[in-house]
Amino acid sequence: MEKEVVIRADDVVKKFGDRAVLNGIKLDIYKGETFVIMGGSGCGKSTFLRHLIGALKPDSGKVFLLGKDLTLLSEDDMDKIRKKIGMSYQSAALFDSMTVGENVSLPLREHTKLDKSVIDIVVKMKLEMVGLRGFEDLMPSQLSGGMRKRVGLARAIAMDPEIVFYDEPTAGLDPIVAGVIDKLILDLSKKLSITSIVVTHDMKSVFSIADRVAMLYEGRVLEVGSPETIKNSKNPIVQQFIAGSPDGPVKFFQQKDDYLEHLIK
Amino acid sequence: MNYLEKLGSVILTTSRQIVEVLALFFETLYWLIFGPLKNKFVKSESIFYQMVFAGAGSLIIAAFVAFFTGIVIAMQSAYQLARFGANIYVAPMVSVGLARELGPVLTALVVAGRVGAAITAEIGSMKVTEQVEALETMALNPIRFLVVPRFLALVVMLPCLVIFADMLGILGGFLVGVFSLHLDPYRYLTFSFKFMEWKDVWTGLIKSVAFAVVISMIGCYMGLKTKGGAEGVGKATTLSVVTSFILIILFDCIITGIFYFTQK
Repeated sequence: MEKEVVIRADDVVKKFGDRAVLNGIKLDIYKGETFVIMGGSGCGKSTFLRHLIGALKPDSGKVFLLGKDLTLLSEDDMDKIRKKIGMSYQSAALFDSMTVGENVSLPLREHTKLDKSVIDIVVKMKLEMVGLRGFEDLMPSQLSGGMRKRVGLARAIAMDPEIVFYDEPTAGLDPIVAGVIDKLILDLSKKLSITSIVVTHDMKSVFSIADRVAMLYEGRVLEVGSPETIKNSKNPIVQQFIAGSPDGPVKFFQQKDDYLEHLIK
Repeated sequence: MNYLEKLGSVILTTSRQIVEVLALFFETLYWLIFGPLKNKFVKSESIFYQMVFAGAGSLIIAAFVAFFTGIVIAMQSAYQLARFGANIYVAPMVSVGLARELGPVLTALVVAGRVGAAITAEIGSMKVTEQVEALETMALNPIRFLVVPRFLALVVMLPCLVIFADMLGILGGFLVGVFSLHLDPYRYLTFSFKFMEWKDVWTGLIKSVAFAVVISMIGCYMGLKTKGGAEGVGKATTLSVVTSFILIILFDCIITGIFYFTQK
């Protein structure tokens, strides 16, 4: 059976100043799969994610989201697409001036004509999914980091999106909450057949949730495949990354000049 | 050469920023006019919230400033006018001076310091914590959602504040006239309004509308352009207040000039 492509990145290049952050990324992501993008800090994963949701435009190349070329869309058409996607931010990005309930209900209040009583029920359902029902009236500042992230996730799925993007969903969380979030991502994609794109460098969560994994390195896709193929990859960079070893082809030291010369200069 | 380069880059940056602020202004007007047609207007509660914050919240401090300014003008002009035995002219001095000039300008400066700074700090911290981007991703235009309510609130509330400020300032001058200069209260008030024309009041109000546009646009622009964490928010806020102050004085001069030269 032909798999339906929901996201296609075609030779995406992005430069910040002279530095090329994305160096010609090519990727297809299929409907209903959980696709993990991993890579070291500064390899361009978050930048790439921002291209997929249309927050950044590539210098060259094309991004197709749900069959539409994002580089050519008008702002109105872009908004139509945006209503079909959800994004969970690394910092949760909750609106500080609104309660938890208002945060989750905001897209519903703005984009639908649902009655307030219906919206209240939807909000309770979404918060139940992330295990935070009953927290509607708290302010984001009263929540812990993990709880904020879960509220952010509830907000991302409030409009029943077709695709959900996660930027480092488990970073900075304790292992149990991280496990809960991983399970939630799996549940969403299996039960509601949502396509999930997860950017992370948490190896444990990569191998527990991914259908396919892409490893990004220096703005390029180094390797794509099932978690098994990535695990058994012959590429020393991939192996070093999975093992988390300080020695290998990827150098921790990024200084260009000689250490001794620099000291006595 | 180095100085020339610096001068050039300053000119280029400034002109780019002017274009960007104008673009923000026109986009705000676009959402004000076409938003309701697209059935995507700003929620009324958000406008009311901003109105209460910008207007009612600034009332006491604006009134305080105007009241004491009225007293000061009365005392300063009495000092001069007493030599000619023209103490009664303190009254129009205070009322006309406040309505035309000091009421709008001082109130605008107070509001720029209080509300403009708050706008930049709030939008700026939303920007650095990805909240502005989150709005966009939810298909909520940040200009419609954040800028339009603040713009509308200031454009409506600043002229109202100015009317209050004018009245409080006249009251301050009245107290000096009656209790210190021993002028007849009735005569003082008659003189206050005899020399004040409607034109003085509405030119003052036109000024205040222009100042409201300046404060809200600069505040929102600096907020949306913020980057670099908490330090960036602080810098943006300072820059927003300083820029608003300079532009308020500049626009005051331009608008006064227009009225001065066109009435001839």
